[in-house]
Amino acid sequence: MTLTVADTRLNPTVKHRPAAGFSTITLIIRRYNPEIDAEPYWRDYDVDVLPTDRILDALHTIKWEQDGSLTFRRSCAHGVCGSDAMRINGRNRLACKTLVKDLDPSKPIYVEAIKGLPLEKDLVVDMEPFFAAFRQVQPFLQSSTPPPAGRERLQSAEERERFDDTTKCILCAACTTSCPVFWTDGQYFGPAAIVNAHRFIFDSRDEAADVRLDILNDREGVWRCRTTFNCTEACPRGIQITKAISEVKAATIRGPQRVKVA
Amino acid sequence: MVSTRPAPELPPTRTSPRLSLPKAPAGTVYRGHEGMWSWVLHRITGVGIFFFLLVHIMDTALVRVSPQVYDGVIATYKNPIMGLGEMALVAAIVFHAFNGLRIILIDFWSFGTKHQRAMFWTVIVLWVVVMAGFVPRQLITIIEEFPR
Repeated sequence: MTLTVADTRLNPTVKHRPAAGFSTITLIIRRYNPEIDAEPYWRDYDVDVLPTDRILDALHTIKWEQDGSLTFRRSCAHGVCGSDAMRINGRNRLACKTLVKDLDPSKPIYVEAIKGLPLEKDLVVDMEPFFAAFRQVQPFLQSSTPPPAGRERLQSAEERERFDDTTKCILCAACTTSCPVFWTDGQYFGPAAIVNAHRFIFDSRDEAADVRLDILNDREGVWRCRTTFNCTEACPRGIQITKAISEVKAATIRGPQRVKVA
Repeated sequence: MVSTRPAPELPPTRTSPRLSLPKAPAGTVYRGHEGMWSWVLHRITGVGIFFFLLVHIMDTALVRVSPQVYDGVIATYKNPIMGLGEMALVAAIVFHAFNGLRIILIDFWSFGTKHQRAMFWTVIVLWVVVMAGFVPRQLITIIEEFPR
């Protein structure tokens, strides 16, 4: 009988040695099964990985070879769909964009669900409050004037550049769930909703900036932002989120046209 | 066809845990950078200053009740512990004031968000400079006013 990777780990008398190029890392994962557990608990797993493997690969290895009950979301696995945002070593990141070599593989790597949204199971949270805030800012182009006859609404390169940064959002919720204000006040719109409002408020073709600014000029709107910059640092797309929120703050006072571009 | 047999018990991965797992079922502390910690400090110093002001307004208001009682209360403050407390108060106010200016710049200066980190360290340097001027003086006052 040949010993597989999983077998050597079950038998403590067999010294486990990773294959050439691989090294064994430890993942400590915050597990929770609502049907069994009263509260979440931590569990450790050893995985053989290449330095260029991603945390998502390690999670796959655990799920496929060690513990099939481990539950997490992932779809495209290439940093586009925004399904696998999780807190890795204390910071929100996408598991599919976090390489083992960019962390410290000699120490255990802590993986837990993003904070501030209801925990459903293991690394899966209920995203509905997050999407509800997103829908509230009316994230779609609104115009009361018809486009010029026979052509689309034109926009100069400069006008497009004005909101280019905030078009990059993939709605992974890494920013919103890194925000200390959002953790304690779930009514706060959160960075992602404001980013998506910014994307239309500063779009020259859109005519509903006033409506969105009115929605966000609220106790639970942009003024809840305490500029901790956790969102900017967490964003896997590198969006300057706190800057965008500051521009929306300024727009509620001066109007979008009079906000200076840094 | 769906199997109705219960899943076989998995053997435990290891008999004794090799490393100590975190006990807290709550998550780990978020590892934010300068922005988050400056906000935490701003909150703590802000709440601290609020409680000082509360006591300060109440003891000052005593003058209207009775100047003798006011003098008595102020006299109880004249001890080394309150001297050290004053030092903590000045430390909190100096940080809160400089960091408050930083937050105003973040909100109202278009380059503020870009330079927030540099501004945070500027706040820390200014705090150290002010405290370096104040702390030795205050310590001398405490020692001279309260000989053993």
